[in-house]
Amino acid sequence: MDFSAVFLQIVQQIINGVSVGSIYALIALGYTMVYGIIKLINFAHGDIYMLGAYAGFFCTTALHLSFIPALLLSMIIAGLVGVVIERVAYKPLRNAPRMAVLITAIGVSLFLEYGGILVVSPQTRTFPEVFPTTLYNFAGVVVSSQQVLILVVSLVLMVILTYIVQRTKIGKAMRAVSFDTDAARLMGINVDLVISATFAIGSALAGAAGVLVGVYYNSIDPLMGIMPGLKAFIAAVLGGIGIIPGAMLGGIIMGVVEALVSGFVSSTYRDAAAFAILIIILLLKPAGLLGKNVREKV
Amino acid sequence: MLKKKMRAVAIGAVGLLLVMLVAGCGAKTESNEIKVGANVELTGNVASFGQSAYNGIKLAVKEINAKGGVLGKQLVLVSADNRGESSEAVNAMTKLISQDKVKVVLGPIVSSNVIAAYKVAEENKIPVITPTGTSAAITMANGKVQDYAFRACFIDPFQGIVMANFAGKSLNAKTAAIYIDNSSDYAKGLAENFEKQFVANGGQIVAREAYLSKDQDFKATLTKLKASNPDVIFIPGYYQEVGLIVKQARELGITGVLLGGDGWESPQLQEIAGAAALNNCFYSNHYSAEDKDPKTVEFIEAFKKEYNQTPDCFAALGYDAVLMLVDAITRANSDDPEKIKEALAKTQNIIGASGAISLNAQHDPVKSAVVLELKDGKPAFREKVNP
Repeated sequence: MDFSAVFLQIVQQIINGVSVGSIYALIALGYTMVYGIIKLINFAHGDIYMLGAYAGFFCTTALHLSFIPALLLSMIIAGLVGVVIERVAYKPLRNAPRMAVLITAIGVSLFLEYGGILVVSPQTRTFPEVFPTTLYNFAGVVVSSQQVLILVVSLVLMVILTYIVQRTKIGKAMRAVSFDTDAARLMGINVDLVISATFAIGSALAGAAGVLVGVYYNSIDPLMGIMPGLKAFIAAVLGGIGIIPGAMLGGIIMGVVEALVSGFVSSTYRDAAAFAILIIILLLKPAGLLGKNVREKV
Repeated sequence: MLKKKMRAVAIGAVGLLLVMLVAGCGAKTESNEIKVGANVELTGNVASFGQSAYNGIKLAVKEINAKGGVLGKQLVLVSADNRGESSEAVNAMTKLISQDKVKVVLGPIVSSNVIAAYKVAEENKIPVITPTGTSAAITMANGKVQDYAFRACFIDPFQGIVMANFAGKSLNAKTAAIYIDNSSDYAKGLAENFEKQFVANGGQIVAREAYLSKDQDFKATLTKLKASNPDVIFIPGYYQEVGLIVKQARELGITGVLLGGDGWESPQLQEIAGAAALNNCFYSNHYSAEDKDPKTVEFIEAFKKEYNQTPDCFAALGYDAVLMLVDAITRANSDDPEKIKEALAKTQNIIGASGAISLNAQHDPVKSAVVLELKDGKPAFREKVNP
């Protein structure tokens, strides 16, 4: 194989990787935001992504909405579910040991997966085609319109998120709660409200990712959230859990690494590579790529 | 005091009632019913297979019962959904045998689930007839014939060979790539035999890749396969993933021939991949709905009347599995599982919807296969291959 062919293949694989990676990034943002605020790894997050996909499915099939309204409605539904889960399952455990909350999160995750099977049946559903696929061919590198869509929607959402966190009052409150919960409360910040807002935003992003995946691959099922949930968790750890730009970076890196491993090593090592990243990052730089080592206050 | 006595009497009465009920049920089953379990994939990843096969099974049972049943007894079908997962297939098998007390089990539909669930049946000495489990390992494990396992379909080695010959001889392919579902015994069996025969025909395998069931993104691997530029890509998976693979392959500009096995047979394939993407795709199958054999035509007519749709191969094989069972019960002149098992092993020349079925010493039918070509998403008959 000559050089230009290899080069083309690398470019193609990076494009493939970035579109998968932006999905991971959207899910990872929710993980990271929740962790940043209440130091909880919300294992039910991948399943909220699944709920978002189903919300999108019913919006487009039953309500006949077009893509943008369906996306927004699904984000709202996913956000509400996120808030309800927080209120019902996590809030009563606010002062419990962290392990108890973590186990509850796993419980919620299983509840959503198998509750989903009960309600919508384990049947895989085919997403209706909301966009006709157009292919763009740049000198042998193929990009589909849906890949562009995924990337654009993800970027827009990330920009909006950054704006919310950095420039709005609720964002300022989030940062304050994340920095020091007790001090924030003493300053008159409604901590419970901030936590709910965080869950709402993070879950809405996961819901958006679900709809995008539905549109891109056009098949969804109740257990679709497990693997992407885990991968996004790794992405969040890779970028530095609790750090928003870290989640974006981690997600994209994960997607690209997986594509390159499948493309140049072997497709059977793809998942192994993802989890190897987790182990390596935990060994070498536990705070993540963008993380600073913070000493725990005693 | 009185209260206590009354309570004791009440409990006793309820208990007696229960005993009578249970006894009553038992007596009823003994006299004029034969309970047949169906352990099928009604939901989940391969739901289309399970539902189709179950429709075929139901149709056959209905016809048999309308004709007065077997040995004067009516067949009673008890179904259990295994959701397309091996662990659930085991649970469903246990439930059918220990709770529903069935005499024989039809299903599961896909090979991995049959292999997983078979052990339960063997321990309980209940014969299993899988309509469509094509893996060689179902009836033959560790060099030993599995006494209680039977099937109505041909096996993977044959299917793999058929597709390899079709690729090499009919399509003149010199190079092939293989892309398998690494979590499926079925896919591995087909790939292995395809490779052997394709190489024996003078072809060359230029790439071997794998995915896992429930994967959604195949573009990375497909980009790699595209670079190796094979004449054909053999994808012996199930329609769920195959649909996505075909769709993504075409999006990446892979316009060549894609080949598969009977796992492609589902109307959902077209929904997922899109009709245009499926042009230039071929797969091996158990029967073609265009077949003019009288028994096949009769079955297709009856099926269309019952369900208002054209039966696929799973429906035909589900139907045939019931015919095999009825034939065995009749010859055994008993609904005792052990005797059914012995009779099944001697199955000879049953004319079913998918052709004539005679079991060889390994409990495997020797039957012909067809190669179907997808035209605008619809399977069309291409050629028939005899064993």
